[in-house]
Amino acid sequence: MSLIWLVPAFPFAGFLFLVFSRGLSGRRAGVVGSVAVGLSFAAAVAVFAAFSSAPPAGGSYTLVLWRWFSSGALAPNVALSVDALSLVMILVVTGVGFLIHLFSIEHMVGEEGYARFFAYMNLFVGSMLILVLADNLVLLYLGWEGVGLCSYLLIGFWYRESANGRAARKAFIVTRVGDVSLLVGIFLIALSLGSVDIQEVARRAAVSWPAGSTTAILAAALILGGAVGKSAQLPLQTWLPDAMAGPSPVSALIHAATMVTAGVYLVARSHVIFSLAPPVLLAVAVIGAATLFVAGASAVAQTDIKRVLAYSTMSQIGYMFLALGVGAWTGAIFHLVTHAFFKSLLFLAAGVIINALSDEHDIRAMGGLAKKMPFIFWVFLIGAFGLTALPPVTSGFASKDAIVARVWESGDPGHILWLVAMAGVFLTSLYTFRLLFLVFAERKGTATQAAPTTQPAPHASEHEAHVERSGRHGDPSAPVGGIMGAPLAILATLCVVGGFLDFPRMLGGAPVITRFLGTALPPSVESAGSTNTVLALLSLAVSLAGIPFGWLLARWAARRAARQTARRGEVVAGAGPAAASPSAGADGAAHRAEPRFASFFKRGWLFDSAYEYLFQRPFEWLCRINKRDIVNRASEALGSLNLFASLVLRRSQTGKIRHYVAGLALGAAIILAVAVIL
Amino acid sequence: MTPVSFEYGLALAAILFVLGLVGILVRRNLVFMLLCTEIMLNAAGFAFIVAGARWAQSDGQVMFIFLLAMAGAEVAVGLALILLLFSRGRPLDVDSLSSGEDR
Repeated sequence: MSLIWLVPAFPFAGFLFLVFSRGLSGRRAGVVGSVAVGLSFAAAVAVFAAFSSAPPAGGSYTLVLWRWFSSGALAPNVALSVDALSLVMILVVTGVGFLIHLFSIEHMVGEEGYARFFAYMNLFVGSMLILVLADNLVLLYLGWEGVGLCSYLLIGFWYRESANGRAARKAFIVTRVGDVSLLVGIFLIALSLGSVDIQEVARRAAVSWPAGSTTAILAAALILGGAVGKSAQLPLQTWLPDAMAGPSPVSALIHAATMVTAGVYLVARSHVIFSLAPPVLLAVAVIGAATLFVAGASAVAQTDIKRVLAYSTMSQIGYMFLALGVGAWTGAIFHLVTHAFFKSLLFLAAGVIINALSDEHDIRAMGGLAKKMPFIFWVFLIGAFGLTALPPVTSGFASKDAIVARVWESGDPGHILWLVAMAGVFLTSLYTFRLLFLVFAERKGTATQAAPTTQPAPHASEHEAHVERSGRHGDPSAPVGGIMGAPLAILATLCVVGGFLDFPRMLGGAPVITRFLGTALPPSVESAGSTNTVLALLSLAVSLAGIPFGWLLARWAARRAARQTARRGEVVAGAGPAAASPSAGADGAAHRAEPRFASFFKRGWLFDSAYEYLFQRPFEWLCRINKRDIVNRASEALGSLNLFASLVLRRSQTGKIRHYVAGLALGAAIILAVAVIL
Repeated sequence: MTPVSFEYGLALAAILFVLGLVGILVRRNLVFMLLCTEIMLNAAGFAFIVAGARWAQSDGQVMFIFLLAMAGAEVAVGLALILLLFSRGRPLDVDSLSSGEDR
């Protein structure tokens, strides 16, 4: 188990190798990056085997590598700590990370900056492992910032388009709000408890902070702020949909499977502090419930395939927060694991679809792909079943129903939260099946089928810069290569069998993961079997009810798109050469044609606009008035004085000798006069 | 021989100097400007002589000899330049010379 340091070491080594060996030709960079993460996964499995065969005393094992720095009482080590929670996390991070790396070898072929992509991805995996393995809060914060940096770098991977750079900056700045909160929280803990070691902090907090004390509440709230920022929960959720500007594997790894769940991990990791602050714990649940509903409703109105999945990710992390808030610690982590499987599967499949359709993101322009891409259809279907928690053998069913049941039993506000959660279940099924029907179902109207080929999609220009990638590009019927297909197949399998890690007891399952995590997290209360069955059936019914509505919505959206295409066609035909560039006008028309409520949901409940008016505009105003302050004026006066003086003195330089002589004489006379007078 | 009074001597030197200065300022012909320079130099030299006489020091006369040597060198260079210009057919007007159209 002392080989735990190898787990983060391999990705970092891969990163350094990729950075310093320029010009790796072809797919070699991808292979190097994948091997690094693969070795890391192997090391994680070895550590897991050692851990489960001989569990260390106290449920955790700490490996101190070296003293990082020492400043007064604060002396954090670079130390890795293994317990059940971090083991689950490293297995997910390295396992899913390895599959996504493998997928990217082929998926990213032909991209500019192929080696750069894998270097960043390796750096990300390494930072994430540091985050989950850190033995103290300062080292955890290092990993926390590391993954934020990689997220920034990878969202802006196609940096030649300013929109992508903007999205990257937005993600960085919005999460920074949370990061600062977390940092202040760490300072508070270090000051108040005199230690940053996570286990030591938990021990001292339980002794010196009475339950519900102000310090405990403050510390928990600050940590929650960090978690909210990283996990894209209300009110810091606005960055995640824009983060979809990055490549699909990035969305799968960072913005679905691992980094955005770091907040969940953080709250679970500091569960002792949260248990001492019941109001904050309630806030966690409320934030989770609010986010899952807001994001779910937004997902229903999206037209970009990746944005649907992004809002869905926010919504699912909302379930995890809800679970944390009602004390279902293991349920949250279990849902984190299954979510990592099915959401990364969905993102990767979406990446294949987008590539096959020449960077078409608009689901209204898709359709009938089930026949052209049967393999993708099946894996996407499995992922979608996992997402909507349809039984019997999908992982999402096992994890989500456990959470919903636990919410019901959680006492007073539990029933309201349960209602919200059920609404979320309905919304999940609604947007998932809307997406499925729009993308894969055959359509009657032929106009929409022809749309992507005859009409440039509104955002086609956005993605033109990286259009040409590989031979398979733009051809939906080309088969998916083995190196891309294998990770998809494995993830799909995990989606199906992942549920057995903690299958509902009433169906004869065994709580494997709950029992395993029991050494690191407080156990959830066992629930009564009969209520559970009723609740599960109810949530199943709600899920199924979403399917026909999803179909209706899909038909509605498809018809609307068809009408718009037809209208656009008329415009082009009628106006002749004047309408040769219809994209701007047609785009505006498309926006106008959208009902107001749909646009409200599509723009994520207008959080972006609200923040623009609340923070961005006042800040810009402040900058504008500050530009002309008094200090600035003094320095500006110096400049203009110089300009004026040069203007005047320039005239004295005539080039005529006699003028110079006169000047000399005058100067001499003045000096003499001064000498005489003084 | 009655000694010239100190004040008269200095006044004469000043008048000579101003004459030379005005000459330089108003004349445009290079030859006359050179002449005026000489006048100003002589005015300075005269002031040295008068001062030397006033304090009965030989320094003033020594300085005058220096001045004479310097004036000789200056005239040599100045006249050579003027001759060169003249032989190239350039006007000896300073203003037209310094307006930058030479070569």
